[in-house]
Amino acid sequence: MKKSTYLVLVLTVTASVSGGILAYFGSFTSKRIAEFQKNEQKKAVQVVLPGSVSSESKMLDGVEFFVGKDEAGKIVGVAFVASGAGFQSTIKIFVGMDPTMQTILVMKVMEQAETPGLGTKIVDDQTNKSNPNWFVNQFENLNVANGISFVKGQKPKKPGEIQAITGATVSSSSVVNLLNASITKSREIFLKSGVK
Amino acid sequence: MATRKVTLWKEFAKGLWDENPSLRMLLGLCPTLAMTTSAVNGFSMGIAVIFTLICSSTIISLMRNLIPKEVRIATYIIIISTFVTVVDRTMAAFLPDISKAMGPFIPLIVVNCIILGRAEAFASKNTVGRSIIDALGMSIGFTLTLTFLGSLRELIGAGTIFSFQIMPESFTPWAVIVLPPGAFLMLGLIIGTVNWLNTQITKRSAH
Repeated sequence: MKKSTYLVLVLTVTASVSGGILAYFGSFTSKRIAEFQKNEQKKAVQVVLPGSVSSESKMLDGVEFFVGKDEAGKIVGVAFVASGAGFQSTIKIFVGMDPTMQTILVMKVMEQAETPGLGTKIVDDQTNKSNPNWFVNQFENLNVANGISFVKGQKPKKPGEIQAITGATVSSSSVVNLLNASITKSREIFLKSGVK
Repeated sequence: MATRKVTLWKEFAKGLWDENPSLRMLLGLCPTLAMTTSAVNGFSMGIAVIFTLICSSTIISLMRNLIPKEVRIATYIIIISTFVTVVDRTMAAFLPDISKAMGPFIPLIVVNCIILGRAEAFASKNTVGRSIIDALGMSIGFTLTLTFLGSLRELIGAGTIFSFQIMPESFTPWAVIVLPPGAFLMLGLIIGTVNWLNTQITKRSAH
C-alpha cells in the first residue's frame, strides 16, 4: 500500500469509529439533556409566577412567553426571559409579570458571572445573613408602569424604585436597564397579541 | 522493553509528586487556574481529566503500532476529543449544575497539554498496562492538586470547603482569592512551597 493511502485510511477509520461512538452516545444523552432543560424551565415558571399550576409557551414576534394559569384556568401571569450586558458578563433574568404587564410578580436571575462578592449580590448577598436575597426581593410586586429606577445608599421612596448594591452600582443598574428595556418590548408585543 | 527497571508503583507515583503535571511540569495550567474557584469545581475537573486521560491513553497505546507518525497528532486529537465529548455530554445529562459551572473548560480538555503530552511522551511508546498506570498517576496527581488548590481558594475566598462552613462567622472572605488574580497568587505560593520542600528533601538525602 502506498504511504499516502495508508495515512488517509488510518485517519478515515479513526474518525468514522469516533463518529459512530458519538452518534450512539448522543442519541441517549440528548434526550435526557432536553428533558432536564424542560423541567428546569417548568420549575422556573412556577417560581416566577406564584400560584400557577400549568403553563404553556407561546412564541410571539420572536419572543418566548410562558403563560401561567391557576387551577381554574385563569391567567395568573406571564413570564419571559430578559437578558443584557452586566458589568462583566451577560445577565439573564426570568421575569414573571401580572397579565396586564404593569407589575413584576417575581424575578429570578438565571445566569450571571459578575464579580464574586460584589456583583454576585444581585443573586444573593452573603454579607446580609438575615436576608441574603434582599436585592432580588425588592422587585417582588414592584409596579413598573413607569419603568424602574434605582437610588444609591438610601431606602427607595417612590413606586418603581429599588436600592442599588453598594460596590456593584454597574451590576445593579444593568439589571434595572435590561429589565426596563425588555419589559417595555415584551409588554407591547404581549398586550397587542391579546393572548388570554 | 526489557531494559526498563521502573517498577509499576514508580510509574504511578511519579505523577503524584516528582512529575506532578500542574506543580512540577506546569502543564494544563489553564484549567488549574480557571476551575479552582471552589473545591468541588476543581475535583470535578480532575475527574473529567482522569476519565479522558485513562481512556485515550489506553486506545492510543493499543493503536501505537498502527498510527503512522505523520498523522499521529491528528489521530490523537480525534481519539481525545471523542472521549472529551462523551464526558461533556454525560455531565450535561447527569450533573447539569456542575456542567454549567465548568462552562467551556470541559470541551477544552481536548487541547489540554497533559493529555496530548502523555499520549506523545508515554502511551505511544509503552504497553497498555504501563500506559494506564501512568495515566492513572498523572490524572490523580492533577486531581489532587486541583482539589487542594480549590479547597484553599474556597476556604480563604468564601470561608467554606466543599460548601461546608469552616471559618468562623466573623471571618470576612477575601473575595480576591476566588477571582483570577487569586488563582495566580495561590498557585504561585503552592509551587513555591513544593519547590522548597523538594530542596529540603534533596538536602536531607544528600547528607
